[in-house]
Amino acid sequence: MSIKDQVIGIIAEQAVLEPSDVTLESTLEDLGIDSLGLVESIFAIEEAFDISVPFNANEPQQSDFDISSVASIIAGIEKLVAEQKS
Amino acid sequence: MKRVVITGAGTINALGHNVADTLDAFREGRCGIGPLDMQDVDRLAVKIGAQVRGFETEGLFNRQQMSLYDRFTQFTLVAAREAIAQSGLEFHGDLSAKSGVVLGNSGGGMTTLDANYRTVYEDGKNRVHPFVVPKLMNNAAASHVSMEFNLKGPSFTVASACASSNHAMAQAFQMVKSGMAPVMITGGSESMLCFGGVKAWEGLRVMSKDACRPFSANRNGMVQGEGAGIFVFEEYDHARARGAEILAEVAGFAMSSDAADIVMPSKQGASRAIAGALADAKLNPSDVGYINAHGTGTAANDKTECAAVADVFGAHADNLMISSTKSMHGHLIGGTGAVELLAGIMALREGVIAPTIGYEEHDPECALDVVPNEARDAKVDAVLSNAFAFGGLNAVIALRKV
Repeated sequence: MSIKDQVIGIIAEQAVLEPSDVTLESTLEDLGIDSLGLVESIFAIEEAFDISVPFNANEPQQSDFDISSVASIIAGIEKLVAEQKS
Repeated sequence: MKRVVITGAGTINALGHNVADTLDAFREGRCGIGPLDMQDVDRLAVKIGAQVRGFETEGLFNRQQMSLYDRFTQFTLVAAREAIAQSGLEFHGDLSAKSGVVLGNSGGGMTTLDANYRTVYEDGKNRVHPFVVPKLMNNAAASHVSMEFNLKGPSFTVASACASSNHAMAQAFQMVKSGMAPVMITGGSESMLCFGGVKAWEGLRVMSKDACRPFSANRNGMVQGEGAGIFVFEEYDHARARGAEILAEVAGFAMSSDAADIVMPSKQGASRAIAGALADAKLNPSDVGYINAHGTGTAANDKTECAAVADVFGAHADNLMISSTKSMHGHLIGGTGAVELLAGIMALREGVIAPTIGYEEHDPECALDVVPNEARDAKVDAVLSNAFAFGGLNAVIALRKV
């Protein structure tokens, strides 16, 4: 399974939606994922890919990890996987 | 000052997943203690406990809730749902704004702590689930009750080891009595029956390896239990005005501190709490027909408790009944006083005194009527429920028939 599909699967599970309902343009807010849901999603992503995601819930805008949409999250994860697994 | 009554009760413990099943077990003298079912049980020296069995969370809590609820919170919510449903109360407007939740608990989310220590120390992982803190904090259960039932008044958790629930109920009682809150949800819970919890208790060498036999000369220690007991404490006129069924009146309460030893009990400290509860409830010693004992089954507690009762009640000590239901549901630590209060309510409402099971040999140092092995029919109008905690913290509650 691609990184994209895996990330969408994790986000869909958190949002209690079908993966097909999660689009690349969706924001976490659109999907009804709150701040606790976000940290739980990041935990699930770290576990799934065995990576460390630089995200501080106190300053989400300052983190070197863009959570503004599903697409930006996937891009961030792809970059982290490439960096940390190489 | 207002009168305080109980209009709802709920529980889950080794004897049953609700009040009716628990009281059936009390009547039958059924034992909930058995072989422990947990990871690494072969590494434990103590292999028995009163575990809650057959507890399925499917249908009770959704996935999001489960990620936030430690076992002690799950127990608390199950018992709170039963208690509040029985009371028939719904919390809106002013009632919601003033009513709260005060619960007793000693160890917090021990199951969560245990599992995550395992993850980090044993499995060598460097990452734990993000909700470890909100799951294990001692106030998690009280907070989730407040959220589920819209209780916006005073809510917090009391930790005083084995007296936690009684101290919590004392707070709830005072709040309703003073007029501060019309209704308080109170009681307590514990889920210390996990590998680390049992291992810690083992270290103290006060645990029995075979049975809990309070007051029996051959008693050899306590047995841990788990679960929750939750009650609705309501102002008497408020309950009457809405035609609520009243289970019992909370007549009085007293607390004392031994200020002596961190684990050994004191006859004087226990006596002062018992006598204080009688005074607060304006009861004469001869009014009390039944005492639910702290009765842990340790050598030290049971003889000290009997001596304290003999001191306070004098000649009447030989006329009253005193039993320890820990022989059946084990010692629920911070939740124990709450589950034990059910035996007091049963005595008042049904005229059935729960027995001390496992009783085998007379002990001259516990020469009271401990209702050995079989429940007994008796009409009683007032009861006490004792809790004497490590740290020398004592809390005794008095109930009266309404």
